[in-house]
Amino acid sequence: MSTTPPRLVEVRQNILKHNDLVARELRRRFDDARVFVVSLVSSPGAGKTAFLEKTLATMLTTHRPTYRVAALVGDLATENDAIRLARSQAPVRQIVTGTVCHLEAAMIEKAIEEWRDLKMEDLDFLFIENVGNLVCPSSYDLGENLRVVLLSVTEGEDKPLKYPTIFNTADVAIITKADLADAVDFDAAAALRNIQAVRPGMRIMTVSSKTGAGMPEWLNFLAASADRRVISPE
Amino acid sequence: MHELSIAMSIVELAEEEIEKNGGTQVHAVHLKLGLLSGVVKDALLSSFGLACEGTALAGSRLMIEEVPVIAYCARCDAPRPVSSVEWFVCPECRAPVSQVLQGRELQVVALEIQ
Repeated sequence: MSTTPPRLVEVRQNILKHNDLVARELRRRFDDARVFVVSLVSSPGAGKTAFLEKTLATMLTTHRPTYRVAALVGDLATENDAIRLARSQAPVRQIVTGTVCHLEAAMIEKAIEEWRDLKMEDLDFLFIENVGNLVCPSSYDLGENLRVVLLSVTEGEDKPLKYPTIFNTADVAIITKADLADAVDFDAAAALRNIQAVRPGMRIMTVSSKTGAGMPEWLNFLAASADRRVISPE
Repeated sequence: MHELSIAMSIVELAEEEIEKNGGTQVHAVHLKLGLLSGVVKDALLSSFGLACEGTALAGSRLMIEEVPVIAYCARCDAPRPVSSVEWFVCPECRAPVSQVLQGRELQVVALEIQ
């Protein structure tokens, strides 16, 4: 019996090609529906949900013009965040990931398909709150137009240096819980310097979801980004 | 820790290639792993054996080539290596660099198939 020797086969394929394909298809769908999609990533407890709740409520009601908004929220377990966000009156859907520490494009696709009473065409903005994690979400394209990384003043100014990849793959940084900055001796200059070290030129905004400080700048930025949106080729 | 799901994606991809190219067993997987890929080499190596169990990749080796970060320096008008992912700066002129040209790779380059 003869055995053939092992042979080397060139492959050159991205490991996450399935995710990338689904993400590309999602981006095309979002573009067709003219909905601007924003994803939020941060460590657990950085204030993503409070920030999103404030953003949704303001865009729906007091901001002029008002916008049609909705949110998908990923967590390992519980529907607590969806319940909190629903207080804003925006349509919200929870994605429970079970043991998976990040959202993947296929989870977004499935959630949208199962969301029968919501059409993408009826939205101006869709927000995606990722699982609280500064490592794993960086590898997965969700088809979003804008990836926002949040850093709270209570976390320490050197977080960007500890997690450079997530900052480097995000488009915008938001410093949250600004109302607590004095209480924790937050060194704003150091935080800004560290973000710029891992992602030179990054747009950084500072907000307080509690007092509303910084929210107008964030909302104006969102509106301008959606207006400037480049429809992806293909 | 998402290295196990990355390892499972590698197994899935390799099994598709076996189907395309013929063969029954994978002896080795050659991988390019960028320093900005968000995947940790050691964690991936320790997850890989587990992901391979009971598949055509059982017992295979994972050969990882780590890819350094290269960014475009506008001031030098040239690609430059970034020596630390904590500090995106041109090693020649010290200007900040933001356009990453290389270092996000997460790619299966080749398989040794029998």
